[in-house]
Amino acid sequence: MGVLDVEGVFLTKNGVPILNGLSLEVWEGHVHAVVGPNGAGKSTAASVIMGLAGYRDFEGDVLLGGESIKDLSVTERGRRGLTLAWQEPARFEGLSVSDFIGATLDAENREVIRESLDMVGLEPDDYIDRAVDKSLSGGERKRIELASILAMNPRVVVMDEPDSGIDVAALEHIFDNLDTLKERNTTVLLITHSPTVLRRAEHAFLMCCGRVVDKGSVDRIAPYFEQQCIPCDHKNRPEKDAAGT
Amino acid sequence: MPDLIEQLYASIGQNPHEIRDDESIARIEVHKNEVLGVHLVPGLEVDAEETEDGLDAAITVTRGTRIEKPVQVCFGMMPERGLQKIVLDIRIEDEASAAIIAHCTFPFAREITHTMDAEIRVGHGAEYAYFERHVHGPEGGVRIVPKTRVTVEQGGRFSTEFELIKGRVGTIDLELEATCKAHSVMDVKARIGGAGDDRINLNEIGRLIGEGARGALTSHIAVRDAARAEVLNTLTASAPFARGHVDCKEIVQDQAVAKAVPVVEVNHPKAHVTHEAAIGSVDTKQLETLMSRGLDEDAAAALIIQGMLS
Repeated sequence: MGVLDVEGVFLTKNGVPILNGLSLEVWEGHVHAVVGPNGAGKSTAASVIMGLAGYRDFEGDVLLGGESIKDLSVTERGRRGLTLAWQEPARFEGLSVSDFIGATLDAENREVIRESLDMVGLEPDDYIDRAVDKSLSGGERKRIELASILAMNPRVVVMDEPDSGIDVAALEHIFDNLDTLKERNTTVLLITHSPTVLRRAEHAFLMCCGRVVDKGSVDRIAPYFEQQCIPCDHKNRPEKDAAGT
Repeated sequence: MPDLIEQLYASIGQNPHEIRDDESIARIEVHKNEVLGVHLVPGLEVDAEETEDGLDAAITVTRGTRIEKPVQVCFGMMPERGLQKIVLDIRIEDEASAAIIAHCTFPFAREITHTMDAEIRVGHGAEYAYFERHVHGPEGGVRIVPKTRVTVEQGGRFSTEFELIKGRVGTIDLELEATCKAHSVMDVKARIGGAGDDRINLNEIGRLIGEGARGALTSHIAVRDAARAEVLNTLTASAPFARGHVDCKEIVQDQAVAKAVPVVEVNHPKAHVTHEAAIGSVDTKQLETLMSRGLDEDAAAALIIQGMLS
């Protein structure tokens, strides 16, 4: 049993099956990747794991540390050490970077805010009083979101498309902090369709049509994904899958 | 120092000595209809007359004067009941510059009416920034009726910000009309949080009548419980290269009701006005982001609203 287990999840949205018996076993302290083409159900899997609105009614189970969290709120999952980095982080008009990162910190731990900004390569003095709004680039918001996760020091973090909408320099900071999270024994689940991101993981789950079709070391999964999945015209069309193609 | 002054400053969370002991800070302190204190700096003229229910004051910043530190103004009433009528005639003469920070404090109000009738003229190339913060008690027994008419002459800059986010609003009927001449700028903001059975009515009108005039009307309102808010923003541009923007955001919780009517009117082919209005509950993605860090839903919503009103 892993620190995070997804067990036989079936989820349908608007009559369309999105997850078809998804199962994942995520090991504590390791960096995993869920990889697959667009439409495979990867982001849906992240939403189910975090228990977001609209993704709570499904068949199957999600376990954290061996206990079902299926009926827990997002808050309770967060308090148990599970969190999510969004593909496109939310904007918060008027909310300062300091208040955002420090939302759950005690007053005596405010220095963690500056340390976290520093860790993601953002000069604390330049950012701490800015608002987490549209004045920040997508890359800056990604890094500030990561800083908030570093400050939270979670047990498990799901990172949905960590390279989405950011430049190379920002991506390097995010990759550097994957190492930091691993050093802290934080379990990381990367959700990605990028071979570059996939290569930063140790283990991979290959998703297609809402389920895992293969899993193993990144060294084995990555070449298959690059050579077979990326050029594949299957494109997660359910009718093809139903026909067994 | 009179007790009343101590009480007024205490109600707004300020140490009176920080302001009163600094000779470089101009100040005016008024309790109901009584002027408790006035300190002026060079170039600032105040002609104040106590009236039966309040104060009639002419404030002038003389031509070319640049007042470095914001003028501190405190209008308040400590009793639970009463009427305070303030009439202001503010003139920022040509090329002058000043900022006023006004605290309006009614910490124990149960049945208080505070009206303000202000006429403001910002002269050629002059700058005037006015910030008004209201401190109300928890009972909501205040009726606030500020009416302001502003003329911004060529090249002038006018900004005003109204904040009422601590204590209960009660009822507010805010009206503002601003006329901007050539190459002048106006920036009008209101940030108000309402609860209980509070009533918030904003009617702001901006007229960009001069070439190159620019203006923005911004209203950020949060209402909960059974509070109601209605915002009418009207921005008219009728000169070449006049530019304007109306921004109204309202967050609604519980049984509260919010309404926004942005009116934009362009009377010149080279003028341009935009608007955005958003009314709704707290954004789900924002909520879930904070909840995924361990905040409960109420605390997350409060933090989001605090940000919007900041």
